Amino acid sequence: MTTASRPFVPRATGRPMTRPEGPQKVRGTAPYTVETPGTDALYLSPVQAGVARGRVTAIDTSAAEALDGVVAVLTHEDAPRLAREADADHGVLQSATIHQHGQYLAAVLATSSETAREAASLVTVDVVEEPHAAVLDEDSPEVYAPAALVVGATDDTRGDPETALADAEVVLRATYRTPMEHHQAMEPHATVARWEGERLVVHEATQAVSWTRQALAAAFGLEESSIEVISQHVGGGFGSKGGTHPNTVLTALAARVVPGRSVRYALTRQQTFDLVGYRPATVQHVALGADRDGRLTAITHDVVTQGSRIGEFVEPAAAFSRGMYAAEARRTTHRVVPLDIGAPTFMRAPGEAPGSFAGESAMDELAIELGIDPVELRVRNEPEVDPETGLPFSSRNLVACLRRGAERFGWAERDPAPRARLVDGWWHGTGVAAASFPVVRFPGSEATIRAVGGRDGDGDGPVGYAVEIAAAEIGQGARAALTAIAADALDVPVERIDLRIGDTAFGAAGPAGGSAGTTSWGATIVEAAERFRDKYGDDPDDGDEADASTPDNPWASDYAMHAYGAHFVEVAVHADTGEIRVPRMLGVFAAGRIVNPLTARSQFLGGMTWGLSAALHEESVLDDRFGHVVNRDLAGYHVATNADVGAVEVEWLDENDPYVNPMGTKGIGEIGIVGVAAAIANAAHHATGVRVRSLPITLDAFL
Amino acid sequence: MRPFAYERPDDAAGAVATVTADPDAVFLAGGTNLVDHLRLGLATPGTLVDVTGLTSTEITDLPDGSLRVGAGVRNADLAADERVRTRYPALAQALLAGASGQLRNMATTGGNLLQRTRCVYFQDLTTPCNKRAPGSGCSALDGWARHHAVLGATHEPAGVACVATHPSDMAVALVALDAQVRVLGTDGERTVPIGDLHRLPGDDPSRDTVLAHGELITAVDLPPSPIAAHSTYRKVRDRASYAFALVSVAAALDVADDGTIRDARVALGGVAHRPWRATATEQSLVGAPATEDTFRAAARAELVDARPVESPRGGTAFKLPLVTATLLATLRDLTARTAATTTREDPA
Ligand SMILES: Cc1cc2nc3c(=O)[nH]c(=O)nc-3n(C[C@H](O)[C@H](O)[C@H](O)COP(=O)(O)OP(=O)(O)OC[C@H]3O[C@@H](n4cnc5c(N)ncnc54)[C@H](O)[C@@H]3O)c2cc1C
Ligand code: SF4
Repeated sequence: MTTASRPFVPRATGRPMTRPEGPQKVRGTAPYTVETPGTDALYLSPVQAGVARGRVTAIDTSAAEALDGVVAVLTHEDAPRLAREADADHGVLQSATIHQHGQYLAAVLATSSETAREAASLVTVDVVEEPHAAVLDEDSPEVYAPAALVVGATDDTRGDPETALADAEVVLRATYRTPMEHHQAMEPHATVARWEGERLVVHEATQAVSWTRQALAAAFGLEESSIEVISQHVGGGFGSKGGTHPNTVLTALAARVVPGRSVRYALTRQQTFDLVGYRPATVQHVALGADRDGRLTAITHDVVTQGSRIGEFVEPAAAFSRGMYAAEARRTTHRVVPLDIGAPTFMRAPGEAPGSFAGESAMDELAIELGIDPVELRVRNEPEVDPETGLPFSSRNLVACLRRGAERFGWAERDPAPRARLVDGWWHGTGVAAASFPVVRFPGSEATIRAVGGRDGDGDGPVGYAVEIAAAEIGQGARAALTAIAADALDVPVERIDLRIGDTAFGAAGPAGGSAGTTSWGATIVEAAERFRDKYGDDPDDGDEADASTPDNPWASDYAMHAYGAHFVEVAVHADTGEIRVPRMLGVFAAGRIVNPLTARSQFLGGMTWGLSAALHEESVLDDRFGHVVNRDLAGYHVATNADVGAVEVEWLDENDPYVNPMGTKGIGEIGIVGVAAAIANAAHHATGVRVRSLPITLDAFL
Repeated sequence: MRPFAYERPDDAAGAVATVTADPDAVFLAGGTNLVDHLRLGLATPGTLVDVTGLTSTEITDLPDGSLRVGAGVRNADLAADERVRTRYPALAQALLAGASGQLRNMATTGGNLLQRTRCVYFQDLTTPCNKRAPGSGCSALDGWARHHAVLGATHEPAGVACVATHPSDMAVALVALDAQVRVLGTDGERTVPIGDLHRLPGDDPSRDTVLAHGELITAVDLPPSPIAAHSTYRKVRDRASYAFALVSVAAALDVADDGTIRDARVALGGVAHRPWRATATEQSLVGAPATEDTFRAAARAELVDARPVESPRGGTAFKLPLVTATLLATLRDLTARTAATTTREDPA
């Protein structure tokens, strides 16, 4: 392990920088995956299962094959074999078994997308249906404890929480519910795949070209070196383009039967509700024990989530309560109900988003019970060391966020009485909630820096640097941020950086995920720059080159590292109809050094907007009789509109954390959403006196 | 999606003749509903007969004081028309409360009236639906029925049940304003009062309207009406913009100086298979003082025969108090406005 020895001096970093690819995007010339030019391209359209569980007994493809322009129809009977039949989710067209509604049963390849679609509708499938389960019933006999969470243990118990609750002067017990939610990026998932002999080239809408390559290598039994994955522009991912889903495997599988030709497949909006992941629904039981002064003595947070029989992802909702507040006794648990539905996956702030709804609503309920101001209650329970690990914090400015937010919002004037402010027919109220998100660094990114021009080069100008790393630009502003970091690490102006990303040709790289992209890729680029300057100094020759992989953080086992935030919102509820509006939202964050204030503001704002959506709108309605989501388009699945909200204010505190990484970044992609739904529920209670413990909060709650 | 022929006849009569003769042909106007249905595989016509340009895109004053709206007038243009905004404000407000700016630029008056229900099961070929596949059953009865009916629905027998609602905002305002729909068939033109255009599901939920296949809407006439100038439209929905109504109210009141209601027009949206003329509410209002008690009683009168969908997966019981609340808020607002006091504002 090496670490940067030169201090990282932020010059470009910290200044507003527009996206280098912005003009291209605005002009519509930035090629997204499905627009990638192909070779002799074919279009794919799938046939999907109309039942949640069963077996295919016969498939008739003759009518489809007879259509002009149809090149091939693949079914489980004749599709090429995959290496990984064990993984049902990726084992596309490998057996007659139906595991979920919407599962791919056949795929048509045709010379136009219209023909492919029509042909797919002509394929007839005979199915024997079997009984299925699709309701999240926490009392299901099938409930199980998963082996582990993505990060951390399934269960964690400190002290004796039940005794501490029994002994507590005040106890708050409540159950909170959050629904299934879908990511719904603007750009649907898309793949363009082509085989050149045993080599597979895939253009993919992905948050991690390396992860896509790994998954395809496993599915096809290939060396990773036989696969190239390219992804230049991605129209949002939010976690659903992190893992690899059956659509990608299907496209590559279909391309296998037409060697040398490109196969193109972009999901329809409806299909994005079937096979590319979602945030599973949760039932969360929370108990807080406290003394009369509001000091927490016990926290329990027990979560049951929706699961899938064909792919495990556990929404780590209780993990939120592991580090927020001090309390001697604590229990956090996760259980899963396996269902005959598609596999869930990461979705923006997995765990923290639903977990904070429960945890931060409960804190509000306790504050009311105790008659203590909710900001003050949180401040009183500020831990001295991380309750989960016992480590000191690298930096923790939650209290500063709460105080600054309270000041800017005018919290001091707040009358705590609920249902006391009727203005022009609307009940008004205000609410607060806290947020946190861990600092994550993914290992294994590789960066290469090469001098271009310079003394032996052809250009007359100063040396430039090609900086290559297989990072993902998913709209978050990776190109701008990494260009700034590379410029500062090489101590040159940004104009001299030629950043190249989104291609496995540049080596392995961690994902745009876990709010860790800038941290993981940035630390790797800084490391490579360090090596480059050690080797060649600041006046290199054309072609001089150095590389590095992600360094470990030497402080990782000495400090607990998290970003924090506080949300303050005002809610208005119509006294007659129960309609809900949010006239004001304020988010104050302490999230390390902000690399690019322009795009960072968008990240916080976007996160808060999503929190607003989750609070008031988002719900994938899974009709358990059929096993699929029935509000399967954007007219049915609501996200927030401008008219739902008035002012949305974002502020961040200057935070200088020397332990997280050389740039001082903590990650800002997800924290904006955390706590928003609780703040809105808390404000709605303050407005109306009605406590809503189930998302989304809709007008019927107030009728 | 199935391949289709696209035709553009020379005139409206030609379009009517073509579609009447071919059970597999349909009219295409703005396409904002029909093209979605083509994509979903819900509509599989053999021929699309484009009627944009064949019906009038003008709004004209008639000698009797009516306003004639051509079936080809775009929703955006209708909402922006000064005469509509001053003489029939509920109509302009209803249009602006519908869809999005982009959709309103495409959507036509004729197409808006004939848009089909947004019932999710109707739009999903994998689920039973009596409207789409007669006799297959109604998935909404025990399903996700948040947007469904409380009035005039068919709950049984199973083979004809349908609890869908008509989604148009514009149509609700037109019903309150007593509009007349002009329809061209192979036998010439006829006029259908807007209240009679849409059907209740009865024992045939597959039919939305009384129009025969091939009948073309050519225009909508708005009769002269002093009370219409005091009309308003209130839409309650799950988000503040770009969402279909849970419940909406189009209403107009004429309140005498002594506070007695002289005349009333009330229609409800989001509650039935057709835009719902609230005649019981109107009768209960006329002659009564414009008070909260009167408004509540008027809402009760309309809901006497209401029957919500009692679904374990989200029914419409909440719409009963919501209809009352929305009527109350709207009528109170109208009364205050006619009394020229201050109006309420959405704080967002
Ligand atoms: C996302 C979304 C949200 C929406 N939200 C709302 C909303 O909130 N409120 C609302 O009211 N609407 C809403 N709409 C619906 C929109 O108003 C309708 O789609 C539109 O009005 C239909 O008009 P069109 O001209 O595009 O009709 P088309 O799609 O062209 O046609 C619709 C139907 O009418 C028939 N037709 C068209 N013209 C005639 C004619 N002259 N004579 C006889 N038959 C004819 C067609 O054959 C077809 O069956 C929404 C639509 C979308 C897609
Ligand atoms: S309510 Fe009507 S449209 Fe909806 S599923 Fe039932 S029959 Fe079909």
